[in-house]
Amino acid sequence: MEGTRPVTAVLAQPERDTEGTPRVRLAAEQVRLAYGENVVVDSLDLDLVDGSFTAIVGPNGCGKSTLLRALGRLLRPTSGQVVLDGRPIATTPTRDVARVLGLLPQTPIAPEGLTVADLVARGRHPHQSWLRQWSRDDEAVVAEALSWTDMLDLADRPVDALSGGQRQRAWISMALAQGTDLLLLDEPTTYLDLSHQIDVLELVARLHAERGRTVAVVLHDLNLAARYAQRLVAMKDGVLVASGTPAEVLTEQLLDEVFDLEARVITDPVSGTPMVVPVRRLR
Amino acid sequence: MTAGGSITTRSTPQHVDKRRTVRIGPLSGVVRTRQLLLPVVALVALVLISAVSIGRGDYPIGLLDVLRTLVGAGDQTQQFVITELRAPRIVVGALVGLALGLSGALIQTFARNPLASPDTLGINAGASAAAVAVIVLGGGSSAAAGLLGGLGLQVAALIGALLTAFLIFALAWNEGVDGYRLVLVGIGLGAVGYAVVDWLLTRSDITDAAAATVWLTGSLNARTWDQAWPLALALLVLVPVALGLSRVLGVLQFGADTARALGIRVGRAQATVVLVAVCLAAAAVAAAGPVQFVALVVPQVAVRLAGGSRPPLLASALLGALLVVGADLLARTVLPVVLPVGIVTAVIGAPYLLWLLVRGRRSTT
Repeated sequence: MEGTRPVTAVLAQPERDTEGTPRVRLAAEQVRLAYGENVVVDSLDLDLVDGSFTAIVGPNGCGKSTLLRALGRLLRPTSGQVVLDGRPIATTPTRDVARVLGLLPQTPIAPEGLTVADLVARGRHPHQSWLRQWSRDDEAVVAEALSWTDMLDLADRPVDALSGGQRQRAWISMALAQGTDLLLLDEPTTYLDLSHQIDVLELVARLHAERGRTVAVVLHDLNLAARYAQRLVAMKDGVLVASGTPAEVLTEQLLDEVFDLEARVITDPVSGTPMVVPVRRLR
Repeated sequence: MTAGGSITTRSTPQHVDKRRTVRIGPLSGVVRTRQLLLPVVALVALVLISAVSIGRGDYPIGLLDVLRTLVGAGDQTQQFVITELRAPRIVVGALVGLALGLSGALIQTFARNPLASPDTLGINAGASAAAVAVIVLGGGSSAAAGLLGGLGLQVAALIGALLTAFLIFALAWNEGVDGYRLVLVGIGLGAVGYAVVDWLLTRSDITDAAAATVWLTGSLNARTWDQAWPLALALLVLVPVALGLSRVLGVLQFGADTARALGIRVGRAQATVVLVAVCLAAAAVAAAGPVQFVALVVPQVAVRLAGGSRPPLLASALLGALLVVGADLLARTVLPVVLPVGIVTAVIGAPYLLWLLVRGRRSTT
């Protein structure tokens, strides 16, 4: 009987490879991404390994959100493929994908009048059926997700009555309730003030550190990306320009090349990660 | 908002909110009192109003006699008047309202737009164009053509509605259907349909034009079991399918991206929802003409009465039936002239929605 399964088993850390090199969970293989005739990304390769925290950065229109959409099977590549756990994502039943891979679109919209609890409960959809709409597991996982994101007190509030920061917490709570090992977030800090940006990224970092989630996030703010992610991926004009630790990627030369920006890179006095101080725009 | 705060020790809560849960063996679900109560209340009201409506007419029958006859214990005259003359009208009215309420609830949830309904999507316009074409161009110039063409008219309206729906879908499809695009395409096609209607009316003689105008407002006059049976059979298939879509709709209303992320096959789900909604509307319009406002107003009324984030399907269906049967009763009895039911649904429905909107705004600000 499933009701007796402890919550911790549902939300526990995914098993790691004991072999040493962590296995690749999600990979783009030679993907070409286009909207109609307009090719945004061409023959791009990217691996997301188990337990990693990757931030994808780049100037506006560089194709980073498009790439994330393709990784989350919201956009089908015109050539190449996305592979999830060794299996082409395009031929994997979408419901099976939804149990392993969660995705938070940029500025998602909640229907008017929907409560926080209902929103987070919707995250259980891939685990439910017509007959089994609200099992003990569902309830326990949703309660845990709400509590973990500090949203339990707001559970009965309509999502549209929340502040921007609370709303983003509610959505992250929903992604948590979905119970997936992998989580893709598309600019989760958009429209938030700095303290709520930190709040959201702390939450995501905890998902990675405490829950062992493999996280990939598209971010605009380079300093925050460098502070929270273990690995930065820089893109320009649909091409992957650099990939590595924040210190390896965030160099003055790369900022010139990718962002047309003259800048100094100093050490963040708080986190010790690289910090960009812009001087002026080049070209 | 509470900050990150104490991360380390938190007890695991067992209940999410005040929702009541039902679990029987492998079945589980959430019970929401208001959403459960509303259909029950609507059903009881529907039965009562139907019984009252059946009793009213040139040969009045008391409420008790009506109920007695319906269970098969009335005298022969009453039996004849009720089952042959009056019941078909009420049954068609109830079924039309049911179909329209459900269709509106499906379309509004899917399009995430309270203005979307078979009225605004041009489905009624397509049905009207086809039906008026049959009245005006199809043989005979007398009003009898309308009666003779009874079934022919129904079939024409059905074909017109389905054809329009197919066109809307073909034009709005772009790797899935965007609700906004669907509404825009529907409005465009609706304009074309009503232009055809106007053109036909200007070319018709006065009796045809009169018959066409009555059909165009939506009427339950002279409805027999011939209209009731096909509609009932259609609903027997469509209603269970529609109710079964409830869970998918709950996810579809987040929009395509989030729905796909939650493991829904969005294109297929959208196509199913729109197809079922369109067939419901087409069946209704074929039986009674385009009864305006029911599909538009009823789901919005239902969601405000039941609470929640989207129109409840079953309650919308039953409230739709209640509105049409109630409007027909008013049209036949209270008013000095017998009006087509479509006029009354618009006159009752629209102000009630406005009232709910005004009240809703006050309560939230």
